[in-house]
Amino acid sequence: MHPAPSVIFFSVFSGLGFGLLFWLGLGWPSPTGVVAFVFFAIAYLLAVGGLIASTFHLGRPERALKAFTQWKTSWLSREAICAVAALLLMAIYGAGAVFLDENWRVIGVLGGVLSLGTVFTTSMIYTQLKTIPRWHSPLTPLNFLSLSIAGGALLAGQVTWALWLIVIAGGVQLATWIIGDRRFTASGTTLATATQLGQIGSVRAFEPPHTGTNYLLREFVYVIGRKHAFKLRVIALLLMTILPVILLLIPFSHVAGGLAVLAHVAGVLTARWLFFAQAEHVVGLYYGKR
Amino acid sequence: MTELPQITQKKLGLVIDLDTCVGCHACVISCKGWNTENYGAPLSDQDAYGAAPSGTFLNRVHSYEVQPDTGPAQLVHFPKSCLHCEDAPCVTVCPTGASYKRKEDGIVLVNETDCIGCGLCAWACPYGARELDQAAGVMKKCTLCVDRIYNDNLPEEDRIPACVRTCPSGARHFGDLGDPDSDVSQLVTARGGVDLMPEQGTKPVNKYLPPRPKDQMPEIDVLAPFLAPIDQEPKGFLGWLDRTLDRL
Repeated sequence: MHPAPSVIFFSVFSGLGFGLLFWLGLGWPSPTGVVAFVFFAIAYLLAVGGLIASTFHLGRPERALKAFTQWKTSWLSREAICAVAALLLMAIYGAGAVFLDENWRVIGVLGGVLSLGTVFTTSMIYTQLKTIPRWHSPLTPLNFLSLSIAGGALLAGQVTWALWLIVIAGGVQLATWIIGDRRFTASGTTLATATQLGQIGSVRAFEPPHTGTNYLLREFVYVIGRKHAFKLRVIALLLMTILPVILLLIPFSHVAGGLAVLAHVAGVLTARWLFFAQAEHVVGLYYGKR
Repeated sequence: MTELPQITQKKLGLVIDLDTCVGCHACVISCKGWNTENYGAPLSDQDAYGAAPSGTFLNRVHSYEVQPDTGPAQLVHFPKSCLHCEDAPCVTVCPTGASYKRKEDGIVLVNETDCIGCGLCAWACPYGARELDQAAGVMKKCTLCVDRIYNDNLPEEDRIPACVRTCPSGARHFGDLGDPDSDVSQLVTARGGVDLMPEQGTKPVNKYLPPRPKDQMPEIDVLAPFLAPIDQEPKGFLGWLDRTLDRL
C-alpha cells in the first residue's frame, strides 16, 4: 500500500492526542488552571491536527461533512462521529479544569472512553479490509490501541505506567510484524484463485493491461523501501520502546522525558510507515506483483 | 444508506468467455469512449502524449500464460471490470453513502456528487475495479452502462453495455444472472462458469467461463506406421562430407 504521509501523520498524531485525552479524562493527572490549559492544548493540537491532516488525502475535501452519515456500516463514518463526540466532551471537561478548577469526573471518563473508541474505530478501518490480509487481524486494533495508550501515558507524565505500557506496545508491535508476515499466504488468495485458471496449470502474468502504470499500481503495489524493512523494524523498535524505556529508568528529568517522547514518536512514525509500505493488496496478484 | 439490499429483483451482470476472448482490447476502448462522454465525470488521462501516460479505465484486459503439466503453454486473455458483487465490500465501507447497490437490478454505482474521494472503496475491492479519477477527485467504476441499457432513445440492439456491443468475438454476454432460465444463466450452467477469488466472500454476479480443453491431435493416416522409413543416411557428396566430418 502507498504510504501517504497525510495518513501516517494523521494516525500517529491523532493516536497520541486521543491517548493523552484518555489519561486526562480518567484523571491521571488531574491538572487545573494554566497547567491544565497546556495539557489540553497539546492533546487538541495532536488530535485535531491529525484529523485535519487526514483530509489532505481526500479527492474532494470540501464534502468531508458527508462522512458523518453512514455510521450503520462504515467504520470511517463511525470514526468521524466518535472523534467529534470525544473532542466535544473533552472540551467541556477541559474548560471546567482550566477556568473553574473543577474536574467533572463523569464527563472526563466518558470523554476518555470515547477517545480510545476513536483510536479503535481508526484501526477498524484497516482491520475490516479482507483485501489486505496483513491488516485483516485482531492484532491491528491491539497495535493501534496499545501504542495510543502507551504514548498517551508518556505525554501525561505517568512514568511508571508509561514504562510498562511502552514495553507491552513494543511486544504487540513485534507480534504484529511476525504474524503479519504470514497473513498473505494464509489468506489462500493466489493468482490461481484470482484468475480461476489454476485447474489448467500454473498461471503466470504474461502481459499487463497497459504499458504504463495506473492508479491501482500506484495505490496498492508499493515496493520501494521494502528491502530495508528489517533494518527499519529494528530502528522502529529501538526508537519507540528501548530508548524511551532507558530514558525513563534513569532519574527523572524533563530533558530525558522530552527525549523519550521524541524517540517514541519517531519510532511509531517509522512503524506506521512500515504498516503501509509492507501491506500487500490482493489486486497486485492480477499484475503478477505483491 | 450504504447497507446492501437483502435481495435484488434482478442480478444484471456480465458473462465473460475466456475461451473466445482474443485480447483485442476493443471493449476497453468502447468502454472508455462511452463512459467518458456520458454518465458522470469524464475518464481523464494524465500526461496522455508524454513520457509517462496514465489514465482512468473501468475495464482492463490482462493476459496470462498457463502452463499445463504436459503440452504447450496457453495464452489466456482476461478482461476485468466491476463484478457487481452481491456482498459488495466497496459499498459498506463508504462513509458518505455515495456508493450503493441498486435494489431493482443489483448494479453497484457511485453517486459522484456525494463522493469525497477517500479511496476506501477501492481499497476494499479485491478485483481492482474502482479507480479514483485524478482530475475529478471522485471514484469511477463500471456502471454496467446504466445509461444505455434502459435508454429508449437508442435502437434496441444498442441497449446493452458498450463493451458487450463492441466485442468482435462474442466473448461478452449481458443479462439477468438472477433468473435461472435467462440465456446468460444457461450459458454459465453449460460451460461451468466460475467466480473470481471466491475465498474473498464477495459473491460476484459476473461469471467467467473457463477456456475449453485443447484438442488432442490424433494420428490421422492409419497406414503411415506400415510405410518403410525414409533413409536417414545421406548418400553421395553429402554422405561423404558427413562421414569425413565425423572422422575428424
